Amino acid sequence: MAFQILLNVILAWIWMFLSSDYSTIAFFKGYFFGLLIIFVLRRFFHKRIYILSIIAILKLLWIFFIELIKANIDVLKVIFSPTSKVKPGIFSLETSLTEGWEITLLSNLITLTPGTLVIDISDDNKTLYIHAINIENVEQTKQDIKNTFEKAIKEVSH
Amino acid sequence: MIEISKFIVGYLILQGAILSLIAAIGVIKLPDPYTRNHAASKNATLGIMSILIGVFLYFYFIHGEVNSRILLAILFIFITAPVAGHLISRAAYNSGVPLWKNSVQDDLKEAKEGKIENRSTD
Repeated sequence: MAFQILLNVILAWIWMFLSSDYSTIAFFKGYFFGLLIIFVLRRFFHKRIYILSIIAILKLLWIFFIELIKANIDVLKVIFSPTSKVKPGIFSLETSLTEGWEITLLSNLITLTPGTLVIDISDDNKTLYIHAINIENVEQTKQDIKNTFEKAIKEVSH
Repeated sequence: MIEISKFIVGYLILQGAILSLIAAIGVIKLPDPYTRNHAASKNATLGIMSILIGVFLYFYFIHGEVNSRILLAILFIFITAPVAGHLISRAAYNSGVPLWKNSVQDDLKEAKEGKIENRSTD
């Protein structure tokens, strides 16, 4: 992804030199045409065209914000309901992510999700131990984490 | 334009203040460190973020000034607050703070005990 962006910037530079116009608009024009060239030559790269990765990152950011707002509403409900109804507990979650930054991102996401907070990560980086404020629907929560967050993170590193 | 923007700014700052207040109530009311951490790490994050966004929009609309330091502060808080919550609860767990008596399930304890047993058999 970084290589493709660098290539695109260099193509924009070449465009500026060819048209001997060193303004911002010329740079963006060149960037646009460079993007077209990279799109045409996409099968020569090992990875997919980088625009898709950027879209995936934006999607992940969007999920972050939505989950943060949901989490706040959830905590609000817990705080203003009687304490005896709260059933906290710690459950474990197997993750299929391997890279360090992916696991960091996943645990950040989980911490900002409604009712869950990461407490520990096992030494082999395969299991997350998560404190849930209401443990009754754990399976549901696990499925949600797997389907939305892990998928979105995998989409970024694809 | 200016009038509407004033309403938006006022709403954002009020929302942030109320969320911070709720976080404070949660810290007092919830029973053990882990559940308190839920309130502190989530509500305080969104509360401070909405206050900062309100401040940013205020300076942008009223004074026409783009203050990029506020945006950076929002980004830093957004990245670091969940990590801080994680570290605090992890430190609490490792120094042996017990869960609340109504807690149902504790997979981490089993995992740790299993590890100690494995070590003693080695």
